[in-house]
Amino acid sequence: MGNDPKNFKQVNHSVTKVDARQLALGKDSYVADFAPANALVVKMLWSPHPHARIVSLDVSEAEKMPGVKAVLWHGNVPRIAHCTAGQGFPEPSPYDTFMFDTKVRFVGDRVAAVAAESAEQAEAAVAAIKVEYELLKPVLSIDEAMAPDAPIIHDEPEAHVPIPIPYDPKTNLVARVACEAGDFEKGMKEADFAFDDTYETPYAQACPIEPYTSLAQLDSSGRIVITTSTQVPFHCRRIVARTLDVPVQKVRVIKPRIGGGFGCKQEVLLEDVVAMFALRTGRPVLWQFTREETFRTGRTRHPMRVRIRAGVKKDGTITALGMDCWNNTGAYGGHGLTVVSCSGSKVLPLYRCENIHFDGKVLYTNLPVGGAYRGFGATQAFFAMESTIEQMAEAIGMDPMEFRQKNHIKSGEGSPIFAALGEGKEGVPMTVGSNALAECIVKGAEEVGWKNRTDWRSKSGRYRRGIGMACLMQGSSIPHIDMGGAWIKINDDASFNLMFGATDIGTGADTVLAQIAAEELATTVDKIIVYASDTDLTPFDVGAYASSTTYLSGEAVRKAAAEAKRQLLASGAEMLNLPVETLHCEDSAVQNADGSKKVSYADIAAYTLYQKNQYQIFGTASHITEKSPPPFAAHFAEIEVDTWTGFIRVLNYISTIDCGTAINPALCEGQTEGGTLNGISYALTEEYIFRNGRMTNPSFADYHIYSMRDRPPIKAILVPSYEETGPFGAKSVSEICINGPAPVFANAIYNATGARIREFPFTPERVLNAIKAVKREA
Amino acid sequence: MNQYPMTVSFTLNGEKRTFATAPGENLLDLLRRSGLRGTKFGCGQGTCGACTVLLDGRAVNACLLFVGQVEGREVCTIESVGSFDKSSEIQQELIDGSAVQCGYCIPGIVMSATALMKAETKYDDEIVREYMDGNICRCTGYEKIWGALRRVLDRREASLAKVEGSGSKS
Repeated sequence: MGNDPKNFKQVNHSVTKVDARQLALGKDSYVADFAPANALVVKMLWSPHPHARIVSLDVSEAEKMPGVKAVLWHGNVPRIAHCTAGQGFPEPSPYDTFMFDTKVRFVGDRVAAVAAESAEQAEAAVAAIKVEYELLKPVLSIDEAMAPDAPIIHDEPEAHVPIPIPYDPKTNLVARVACEAGDFEKGMKEADFAFDDTYETPYAQACPIEPYTSLAQLDSSGRIVITTSTQVPFHCRRIVARTLDVPVQKVRVIKPRIGGGFGCKQEVLLEDVVAMFALRTGRPVLWQFTREETFRTGRTRHPMRVRIRAGVKKDGTITALGMDCWNNTGAYGGHGLTVVSCSGSKVLPLYRCENIHFDGKVLYTNLPVGGAYRGFGATQAFFAMESTIEQMAEAIGMDPMEFRQKNHIKSGEGSPIFAALGEGKEGVPMTVGSNALAECIVKGAEEVGWKNRTDWRSKSGRYRRGIGMACLMQGSSIPHIDMGGAWIKINDDASFNLMFGATDIGTGADTVLAQIAAEELATTVDKIIVYASDTDLTPFDVGAYASSTTYLSGEAVRKAAAEAKRQLLASGAEMLNLPVETLHCEDSAVQNADGSKKVSYADIAAYTLYQKNQYQIFGTASHITEKSPPPFAAHFAEIEVDTWTGFIRVLNYISTIDCGTAINPALCEGQTEGGTLNGISYALTEEYIFRNGRMTNPSFADYHIYSMRDRPPIKAILVPSYEETGPFGAKSVSEICINGPAPVFANAIYNATGARIREFPFTPERVLNAIKAVKREA
Repeated sequence: MNQYPMTVSFTLNGEKRTFATAPGENLLDLLRRSGLRGTKFGCGQGTCGACTVLLDGRAVNACLLFVGQVEGREVCTIESVGSFDKSSEIQQELIDGSAVQCGYCIPGIVMSATALMKAETKYDDEIVREYMDGNICRCTGYEKIWGALRRVLDRREASLAKVEGSGSKS
């Protein structure tokens, strides 16, 4: 970045990602690359039924098959209720899962597992397992889940929540979270225009190119070492220990390089099984999901119904904002409450309004299980919110961009929602600090050519162009809940080992945190050796979620580096025989103000390690956050709608973002471009197609994600601000961008054709039907 | 019982090799258990490109090839393309251009781009899309990968044109 107000030397520069070369060369990096040659292979018998009781299960034949070393099923493992969602403890999610159960609750639920010498042998043994099911009536929608006589999906007595939050499995209610501010009904009455519309958002899978993969082996002392594709190594250790009924002390979790996660690996789905097999057999055990298993059993984006009731005055004042959400969490409840909570907390504060209503309900169904997925509830709710904002502007005859500029939250302002909605408890009061949203809007509008936008009624012909926009926010960490730790030590040659629990899943976090350490230490990134996410060797961190790593773990790293720097200065002062307050750190040396007296870090390392008053220069720190500063974004797109076929072509997509100081601008652009394309793919093509609760398209051939051919032009624009509470002014970047495309396209389709579509993906069929409906109305 | 009752011989990264295998084994599994783990499993369905290798110079999905199909042929994997001391031009541009995020797709991307450079001399956008369409990346949005590819291909096209130009003079 040319214009560098703080004169940063390491952060705010696009340094090369620390692991880029090993990955480009194909060196051993990911879980499966570390499997020993004698590792057993796991295959699972999955439920073919959405809802059934296992009447009998016979594994005796499978156990005798060639190569089979062990079979796990409900008859030979501990029955311990737990939650697979990798969240803080105690989790704001129900304990409704068992390693194996006598009931199956979705197509893709566990029945029994085999570990064998080869995949073929394991598959053959799985086929030899005999199961008799009593089929139960499945619950295949949130409406069926809420029906008075709905089947009870979790009728087991052990299902419970570990903290006092609403949970009523008898009515399939996983969670409920609600709040009010001001007087919502009064606000609706004061409005000149009122809105009441319902939106639906679909299932999706994160589709990391590396499927879920876990490897367990016993070390020489008998401890269980799990190398796994996880976003949450420390939560994984805790959950595996609970599920296997072994002490946490007995489990070590190592996260190597990860081939993408996007949220879906914030879940413990394989680790308990490989660990149990390792204990039973004494052999290394590898389990890698197939792509089909990743779709069916892997975690998904919660589908949601969002009803927005809202009012606006002719002068553009929003008098009431109401949001009711019904969140389908599928067969198990992990992340149910927190996702719906974020639908309110990450969306409602974006626009000023005194009278707010929020009510989020989370329901069990016999469908695939929802989990964490980039955007985390905000994606679903922003589709409804930004569609509504557009309609408000049209109703009062105001340009929708001006309407947003007039109403969006500004620096120094708060929202009652921040205090009202937390994660399983009340939130934390907060005013917004850094905020460059106004500039994001201006830059994006200029780039897309907003001033040339015309009303849909003026358009004709087969191909019609439309321009749409949306504004977005997210958060950075979960205040008072998330914690990250870091430590750093110096070596002989003034290199530093930087260790932290934070979890790089392909985002570049290791690089970003190394930059932060190097900046604080006045050294360079190439002197930092990063080792992360190993529960034996690194300090604790909650893991990669809630847009927290740069903001939360980054500040832990900065504080640890500051402590090491304090020690460098003290020893440098001793060596130079100068008062420490006259010295500072610059270019890997301790020096006085004019640089006439200096001692290099390498000399300080030699002195402190070998020569006099020896000690290890070592900084350690933890960090929790007091607030969750939102990044802001304004997205714009121009599309062309083929009114004969309903096909949408994206001509241009502009993704602006205020992420505070971009610690690594190129990586921030990469996050923004990648998240935006994922959002585009979700909005236009990605779809779970069900038959009787069974997902029928578990392949990239039938569930299309965007390729290099499909790629529309995407322009990421970083708009700097400075977040005083973040490391070197940074806040989060990774999640927010996925929230934009669905509402942007909804608004652009309307601008092109007059069709307002409240459900996506915007497939040609859906778009065409909506266009026909407009013609019928006309 | 011998898990691998048959043998297959082919040229792997320039070296003639013979492997014990089984009739149903696919090339990806054989490569990975033989220590060449740079080729990745992403889908097993030939739809993601993470397992792309070169078969007689053409990019193919190793997960879809029975080992028997490569008998007597020439297979090149990512291990033959670069090293820490000397990365290939495309690898270097991907690294310098911040195009490597999770990196899981990158070996496949490198192999498809290598196939493109071997087979073609002109690299307009359409031919690049054609060659690269089978390699899915979920992290980057392709912007930085595309930029890296374009820089390498534009340079190569220019230098090929120059060679051709100077050749015609002699």
